[in-house]
Amino acid sequence: MTVPRQGRAGWPLWEVFVRARRGLSHTHVGSLHAPDAELALRNARDLYTRRQEGVSIWVVPAQAITASSPDEKDAFFEPAADKVYRHPTFYPVPDGAAHL
Amino acid sequence: MEYLLGLGDDALVAAQRLGEWVTVAPELEEDVALANIALDQLGAARLLLGYAGELEGAGRDEDALAYLRSDREYRNCLLVELPNGDFATTMAKLLLLSAYQLPLYAALSVGADERLAAIAGKARKEVAYHLDHASLWTVRLGDGTEESHRRMQAAVDELWPYTVELFAADPAAPVDPAGLRSAFLANVEPVLETATLDRPADGWGPDGGRAGLHTEHLSYLLAEMQVLHRAHPGARW
Amino acid sequence: MYGHDFPVPDDGPAGGLLDQVEAAEAALRAAAGRGRPGPEDGSTADTDPQDYFAALIDADQKIEPRDWMPEAYRKTLIRQIAQHAHSEIIGMQPEGNWISRAPSLKRKAILLAKVQDEAGHGLYLYAAAETLGVTRDELVEMLLSGRQKYSSIFNYPTLTWADVGAIGWLVDGAAIVNQVPLCRCSYGPYARAMIRVCKEESFHQRQGYEILYVLASGTPEQRTMAQDAVDRWWYPSLAMFGPPDGDSTHSQQSMAWKIKRFSNDELRQRFVDMCVQQAEVLGLRLPDPDLRWNESRQAYDYTQPDYAELMRVIAGDGPCNRQRITHRRRADADGAWVREAAAAYAAKRTAERTSDRATVLA
Repeated sequence: MTVPRQGRAGWPLWEVFVRARRGLSHTHVGSLHAPDAELALRNARDLYTRRQEGVSIWVVPAQAITASSPDEKDAFFEPAADKVYRHPTFYPVPDGAAHL
Repeated sequence: MEYLLGLGDDALVAAQRLGEWVTVAPELEEDVALANIALDQLGAARLLLGYAGELEGAGRDEDALAYLRSDREYRNCLLVELPNGDFATTMAKLLLLSAYQLPLYAALSVGADERLAAIAGKARKEVAYHLDHASLWTVRLGDGTEESHRRMQAAVDELWPYTVELFAADPAAPVDPAGLRSAFLANVEPVLETATLDRPADGWGPDGGRAGLHTEHLSYLLAEMQVLHRAHPGARW
Repeated sequence: MYGHDFPVPDDGPAGGLLDQVEAAEAALRAAAGRGRPGPEDGSTADTDPQDYFAALIDADQKIEPRDWMPEAYRKTLIRQIAQHAHSEIIGMQPEGNWISRAPSLKRKAILLAKVQDEAGHGLYLYAAAETLGVTRDELVEMLLSGRQKYSSIFNYPTLTWADVGAIGWLVDGAAIVNQVPLCRCSYGPYARAMIRVCKEESFHQRQGYEILYVLASGTPEQRTMAQDAVDRWWYPSLAMFGPPDGDSTHSQQSMAWKIKRFSNDELRQRFVDMCVQQAEVLGLRLPDPDLRWNESRQAYDYTQPDYAELMRVIAGDGPCNRQRITHRRRADADGAWVREAAAAYAAKRTAERTSDRATVLA
């Protein structure tokens, strides 16, 4: 028996970007659910900077992101233009790391 | 010493109550948030109780003070020991507590006692976040659905009398609590208004916490918290 | 930040494993540096997606969310990542059971931080699963309705404080042995999530080991408590690696896809070999009379866990299955009105903004 989960209908997905240190750009660290931007920001702080991983956070509604295909080769994807780009990079890659 | 115990016990008992939420919060993100706030309060409690023990000079450390005092020796306000209730009650408690702790720690952080000022300076930043978190949720529950509004108003109404005790005059204290009430109201009233909640009328307020006269709830809370420590006298952990 | 304020009696049980996590992270970057397989000019328009997928796997490249992938690969990953996420969330309960009674304020803080980390790990993993086109709500529904499983280890009770130590040392230790190879998993979001999880978990294992170390060198009662906990958690921890290789249904395909890198029995052996020396340092006995070094295998011989018991617990008849799921369902049901309120509030604000804009335009 599966009962649909109550109450979360309006909680969208947010993508989280963290600036690890001054001088670095914001890097995608993951995603989370929150009902609105203010709570998304707080939740991001609690979830993704528990070990002082950041000095600044952005949250962006996942729906607001338009993605290209990773290899610009549509043949390899079922590209559904309405599909959001959810590509959690779970750790910051320092700027200057080669070939990333 | 008594004053420090009051501050430390507020933080410790608040942390103990918030810890009860872990694994039962309304959403996983909130489990994480409430645990963060509990950790902040626990961290402040350890610093405050450790300092209180040093001032006492009788060899009691943070654990001796936390685990080997009875409820009659605890100096926390009644507000923090009340059961968690529903999520609205917990958020109302956190709103009222942090709205009081923020101006309190701010004043202590520039006080004459340097050690206490350093502890308060750290705690002040943390409590600002607690106030922010509680405010966001108070507004969302107050101005959410009919049910959440009803629950949030009931929680504020139930807890408001317990704020009277927080501001009982104590001219001998490093910061006289009586002077903090206007800052407290300035923190709380706009939140209640945005949340479409009625600010309860002032009136009767139970007290006694600072003198060790508590509600019936504290003894149960301590019984659970202290059971293992007391079962092994003198053991190291 | 919570894990380093106590002395670790030796090099620390997770030391070597952390190096492996670092190596996996370096390999991931190296693979990214190599670029994708195929012609230099990147013209792959005439390549069959299945061949391209296979070429990526062969080249130890990561599969990313928008890449074409076989449906079975996607389903296998969803099942595995979801089960992993559910395990983190249900796993909060047995240890959370001792937060209120932790015997010192320092232990209370460490345990709170640890259980909080588990919620965080569950969230990272749910996010990784969501990149495969399933929603977290769907996954939670499947957990609550029993259609997806979590690790059977969490269906055992934490009866004493020493159980918190044994979970950290043995259960987290087994989990890390299982998880370190997943840092090299072929699916990028899962591999990255596991790198982050494994780094954070190293403190979990250390705190558990240190709890047992202090108990084992404490009063006679504490020592008894520690030994009793190891006695109860040893075989369930061995069972965490799953059925023996001959009986494992999903293993071979997962190995071919590089979702899984080592067999159940290989990982179990690795875990046993690690634990023997660690138990000696603790001065505690592993409850296996047949545990002994085998010179020809260069590994310890050991008694297998009771796989019939494992199957019973997986099927739902462990000591705490009902309790754990009831707890989760109640928390979810009790929180519904809060989630609804937050959604309603957000909807009102959006409506206001829309009508403001309309006013401006008018």
